[in-house]
Amino acid sequence: MVEEESLRVVRCGGSELNFRRAVFSADSKYVFCVSGDFIKVYSTATEECVHILQGHRNLVTGIQLNPKNHLQLYSCSFDSTIKLWDYTDGILIKTFIVGCKLHALFTLDCAEDSVFVIINKEKPDVFQLVSVKLPKSSSQEIEAKELSFVLDYINQSPKCIAFGNEGEYVAAVRDFYLSVYFFKKKTTSRFTLSSSRNKKHAKNNFTCVACHPKEDCIATGHRDGKIRLWRNFDDEKKYTYTCLHWHHDLVMDLAFSVTGNSLLSGGRESVLVEWREAAEKNKEFLPRLGATIEHISVSPAGDLFCTSHSDNKMIIIHRNLEVSAVIQGLVKDRNIFTGLMIDPRTKALVLNGKPGHLQFYSLQSDKQLYNLDIIQQEYINDDGLIQIELTKAAFGCYGNWLATVEQRQEKETELELQMKLWTYNKKTQGFVLNTKVNMPHEDHITALCFCNAEKSENPTLVTTSKDGHFKVWILTDDSDIYKKAVGWTCDFVGSYHKYQATNCCFSEDGSLLAVSFEEIVTIWDSETWELKCTFCQRAGKIRHLCFGRLTCSKYLLGATENGILCCWNLLSCALEWSAKLNVRVMEPDPNSENIAAVSQSSMGSDLFVFRPSEPRPLYIQKNISREEVQWGVFVPRDVPESFTSEAYQWLNRSQFYFLTKSQSLLTFSTQSPEEKLTPTSKQLLAEETLPTTPFYFILGKHRQQQQDDKLNEALENELIQLPLTENIPAISELLHTPAHVLPSASFLCSMFVNSLLLSKETKSAEEIPDDVSMEEEKESVDSDEENNFTEEVQDTNNTDLGKDIIHQLSKSEEKELRKFRKVDYSWMTAL
Amino acid sequence: MGEFKVHRVRFFNYVPSGIRCVAYNNQSNRLAVSRTDGTVEIYNLSANYFQEKFFPGHESRATEALCWANGQRLFSAGLNGEIIEYDLQALNIKYAMDAFGGPIWSMAASPNGSQLLVGCEDGSVKLFQITPDKIQFERNFDRQKSRILSLSWHPAGTHIAAGSIDYISVFDVKSGSAIHKMLVDRQYMGVSKRKCIIWGVAFLSDGTVISVDSAGKVQFWDSATGTLVKNHLIANTDVQSIAISDQEDSFVVGTAEGTVFHFQLVSVTSNSSEKQWVRTKPFQHHTHDVRAVAHSPIALISGGTDTHLVIRPLMEKVEVKNYDAALRKITFPHRRLVSCAKKKQLLLFQFAHHLELWRLGSTVATGKNGDTLPLSKNADHLLHLKTKGPENIICSCISPCGSWIAYSTASRFFLYRLNYEHDNINLQRVSKMPAFLRSALQILFSEDSTKLFVASNQGSVHVIRLLEGSFKHLHTFQPQSGTVESMCLLAVSPDGNWLAASGTSAGVHVYNVKQLKLHCTVPAYNFPVTALAIAPNTNNLVIAHSDQQVFEYSIPDKQYTQWSRTIQKQGFHHLWLQRDTPITHISFHPKRPMHILLHDAYMFCIIDKSLPLPNDKTLLYNPLPPTNESDIIRRRTAHAFKISKKYKPLLFMDLLDERTLVAVERPLDDIIAQLPPPIKKKKFGT
Repeated sequence: MVEEESLRVVRCGGSELNFRRAVFSADSKYVFCVSGDFIKVYSTATEECVHILQGHRNLVTGIQLNPKNHLQLYSCSFDSTIKLWDYTDGILIKTFIVGCKLHALFTLDCAEDSVFVIINKEKPDVFQLVSVKLPKSSSQEIEAKELSFVLDYINQSPKCIAFGNEGEYVAAVRDFYLSVYFFKKKTTSRFTLSSSRNKKHAKNNFTCVACHPKEDCIATGHRDGKIRLWRNFDDEKKYTYTCLHWHHDLVMDLAFSVTGNSLLSGGRESVLVEWREAAEKNKEFLPRLGATIEHISVSPAGDLFCTSHSDNKMIIIHRNLEVSAVIQGLVKDRNIFTGLMIDPRTKALVLNGKPGHLQFYSLQSDKQLYNLDIIQQEYINDDGLIQIELTKAAFGCYGNWLATVEQRQEKETELELQMKLWTYNKKTQGFVLNTKVNMPHEDHITALCFCNAEKSENPTLVTTSKDGHFKVWILTDDSDIYKKAVGWTCDFVGSYHKYQATNCCFSEDGSLLAVSFEEIVTIWDSETWELKCTFCQRAGKIRHLCFGRLTCSKYLLGATENGILCCWNLLSCALEWSAKLNVRVMEPDPNSENIAAVSQSSMGSDLFVFRPSEPRPLYIQKNISREEVQWGVFVPRDVPESFTSEAYQWLNRSQFYFLTKSQSLLTFSTQSPEEKLTPTSKQLLAEETLPTTPFYFILGKHRQQQQDDKLNEALENELIQLPLTENIPAISELLHTPAHVLPSASFLCSMFVNSLLLSKETKSAEEIPDDVSMEEEKESVDSDEENNFTEEVQDTNNTDLGKDIIHQLSKSEEKELRKFRKVDYSWMTAL
Repeated sequence: MGEFKVHRVRFFNYVPSGIRCVAYNNQSNRLAVSRTDGTVEIYNLSANYFQEKFFPGHESRATEALCWANGQRLFSAGLNGEIIEYDLQALNIKYAMDAFGGPIWSMAASPNGSQLLVGCEDGSVKLFQITPDKIQFERNFDRQKSRILSLSWHPAGTHIAAGSIDYISVFDVKSGSAIHKMLVDRQYMGVSKRKCIIWGVAFLSDGTVISVDSAGKVQFWDSATGTLVKNHLIANTDVQSIAISDQEDSFVVGTAEGTVFHFQLVSVTSNSSEKQWVRTKPFQHHTHDVRAVAHSPIALISGGTDTHLVIRPLMEKVEVKNYDAALRKITFPHRRLVSCAKKKQLLLFQFAHHLELWRLGSTVATGKNGDTLPLSKNADHLLHLKTKGPENIICSCISPCGSWIAYSTASRFFLYRLNYEHDNINLQRVSKMPAFLRSALQILFSEDSTKLFVASNQGSVHVIRLLEGSFKHLHTFQPQSGTVESMCLLAVSPDGNWLAASGTSAGVHVYNVKQLKLHCTVPAYNFPVTALAIAPNTNNLVIAHSDQQVFEYSIPDKQYTQWSRTIQKQGFHHLWLQRDTPITHISFHPKRPMHILLHDAYMFCIIDKSLPLPNDKTLLYNPLPPTNESDIIRRRTAHAFKISKKYKPLLFMDLLDERTLVAVERPLDDIIAQLPPPIKKKKFGT
């Protein structure tokens, strides 16, 4: 099935969607955004990712539509190439090799065959704006080395460059000045704001720039939240500006609407502000967008806006400031306290998301499924404010219960602690708050775990705390005369010599509970809550604790802070083996006996997979990441793989994902997960791109479906079964020839219609409606091409079937059919 | 510089009145400013914004409109229904004429200067013909329903726009009928306000009418069709004033929040001729309502309830970096309001309608340089003298011996005799003033308090001998034949032999008091005189001009002194010339003949003529005298100008005796505290 290549660490989605401004397609159907080394194409209507354009070998730093063909997209990357894509099909058309790192890309309608890029040639912090001439050539890879210099010493960020008035000038901002270069006059005007250290002007720095699409007006954003609208800037003396001030913190991005009637601005307030007619008093707000607005972009059609946010989210906003779609990636801008978990129901990865929320992230589709608001309080974005943190979470009973812990500590002695238990509601398909426990412990909760044994009839939860206790919580009947209800209460409080309880773990069958108290591990009977035995290795505090599974369930593993991994035999109550390993992450595989441990050394992080019964590891992968690995988790596979090689067998039933300190989510694979994604999504696209015109009903895929449906119903159905277009050479020739080399439509018409006619037995055919335009044809060309490979097998079968039916048509039926030539076929659309 | 004991006086509770109207005259580059108490001041913008003339106010004459017509003629109109023309030579009111339309709210002179238009309370717009010596009622325009608050002529003189309550009317001048009535939206941010008052209109030559109103809007109307073209909502409060530049490429509006907005006509793109009005920069130099704005070719001028006159230059219009390129804020009058009786240590403060006499406190303590000494006896409020009648006081003076007080209003002259009996004061008015002593522009007592000099507004100076309880008219120095310019500054020599008098523009005349004849005339200088004084013994006349030049003229020799020639040759320090306010008082040290003491509102200076003059490289301001440096370095770095900026804003400073100074300060915070509270604005983060 899968070729067994060497196992490698791969990035599995979750990359930044908010790195650069999003770009809309000309018809606003798609929105493009850079995402790591890829470009993602999202449908604005369904929020679905329809394509991933892969090909760059480094971070993609800029994308722009091809001004000469709106169905093509330019992209530039740190791998020093500019690539031209056909985004509807996801095909790489051309690669231009520039030869130096490209930091941003700009295109202009009027600039012939050239694009603008930001590069840095000599010094690391000095960036230049240059124009690159893209030579015309038919080959796939073209060298584009003809650079002509435009502006020097500019800001690296593409937000600090804007082209105005159909490319007559370019405005660039940096620090305290705005420079405007006029292409025709070849002059630069420079306007400097006062930068004195005094309080009033200290925050005058420019942060971003935008140019009015119709007028000579430049809008600049500043660190103190002001927006300045510059006019008359072709005269260095007569220039003038207007100030707009609403933002209290720096202006992150600015964008003019297509007509220039309104200006959009956004910043840390998470409010999109629309300034109508550039008037201070005439503004509209779209508040509560959730996170800092990093970028704003406007669709060329003018009907949609898109904001990119710091929590890895894009919001598609309708012209009347209504949110129409949210494209949410993996939220990554905060510390992860809860670690990685798997929701047993959805198999989604669960971790801290937005402030106060748990995010459910689908690893398969690389998108966020939903956010669960745990803290349920309005988040106030302010520096120095101590927030409530969601610190722990755990799933229990096959995803029926979720326990969360939140805490807020302003001073040493003032700890606010709250534990919430959520039950899964099948009706609403979501978690509902069941029990809220205020101050479940006197001190920080260090761990919590559910008893997940199959036989256990009563859900049980154990929490351990720094106050030296562990508490057992059970679900009890909480019914009263009004309603039947269940709730959680504390059943047992245990402690051991006033040591701080640090970890807890249930054995697989739920009969034993292991709780570690600093250096000592205690084993408790879960029936009677009796202390069974203790283990103490005097090797530092226990950091991780877990029971072995399946055949290894008699073993208990503990990793200590001093870098010792111990394995105790519960039957003999003795240490089975121990190894010197500085374990950072220890995760048992729920589907096998395997346990993965990630150790940290000065070189990087290493992975060890082992079974508790054998001290010899099954698999070692050195240096999986240069950074510290913070969390890891085994994700059960939907379809088990069948690696035959012994070293990879541990990956057969589960996949191991881990999160590094810089919050990149990584996994092990022999192939990239995106490869698996593509086929389904490509089909989706083919469906979508075909407009439902009459033409589509003649040529599109729709007909095959109809055939399938109708075939079974009745043969006397009036519907004529046409031969499939792919099989008629005339049509395929017509459709596959570029539109510009085709002879005129009138010339082609008869040939085309003839080709559509049924074979001579039937002598009847549908006429193509006259209003079919060439453009539509072209679109369907693209999609048809794509259909080919997916449908081929199916198609041939269908055609044979269809021909059989045609043969059975009687003369009378034929007559009837001829009448239908004059009949309106629009009813077909209703099918 | 020497050490002085300084009386730091802060009990002069002077509050300037708020500015109601400003009118800029392009021909003479002068600015007329009227205040809420009816005072009208004329500023010469070419002479460093010096306030060269003023017309005293009147309680019943609240000015509502002010305009220049026909070049140099100044008219005002007010709520008493009168149109007043001012005589700019004699500095008095030429005539007052009732318009018979109730209170007048607005006035505008036609572009050619031959006609005057007033808008009245009863809704009538009246047209007056300006004749060479009077104005003559010509006709009424169609009467409107409510008061006419603003008026503007079309630059061609064919149409006028009149702002009323809730609507703007456009009149045809020929027929006098209203051809359009443009209704203004009352709504303000969705809330219907009671009424929308059109505070100002401006008619542009392309037919656009710009209106500002109480709902905070600046609106552009097409007068041909009577339709609204564009609307700028700029404030939450009233927009109270508008002024347009002569080129019609920029205008300025003032709001009740104290913000002044500048609008500019900018081209939409660099290669198209299409232009649009854009609000550009806001200026927040005022704390209170900006009641009046004016637009000079190079500056935006605004004034309001907070009493400041602010002149904000347009940097793009200023060619070279000179005096005009800096922001000016004029708060205090450029004349003396304080006089001092040195021997009795008395200060006389002049207010609009009363005089206050104070005796300075005293101390027995001694201290080091810079110490604040405790008072053993507090300052004493001796006298509060209210004027009779509604007119404001023009000038006042107390004699050096402290036993005479004289003041004058526009129509009456008052002289009082003061008798001191222990702690009691006996005030006695000298009655039967002669008929010619009706009003005075300046009053001065001689050093020995035996003579009184009165500069009257016909250009003559009267000399009166004061006796115990009575007086005798000695002589009247008549003005030079042909000139009617009134004298407004006087100076007498300490020995009483010489009298110097200066008008607003012509040179300084020096009279011999003993022989009662004109001694000589100091050559005329381009800039008006701001202060005069005659030095003791040498009888050198020191003259300060509004361009910050200081001249010394020897009266016996009838020529400039050597020192004066030297300093003219070398030129003043550039920082000295860039100072903001004119010198308002000059005095001399009785024991140090080389010293000249002078001050403006922000500094006090002693010029030591024996020291070398500073050049542009030396430090002009020497805040602290170096204490531990050797004498040589001190001597090398020392120059003639010893400047102290410790006391500001300084209204008066004089030498009481050899070692004592009195400084009268008026901190701006104290003035603001006495103004009505400004419109409350929510400040972010509070």
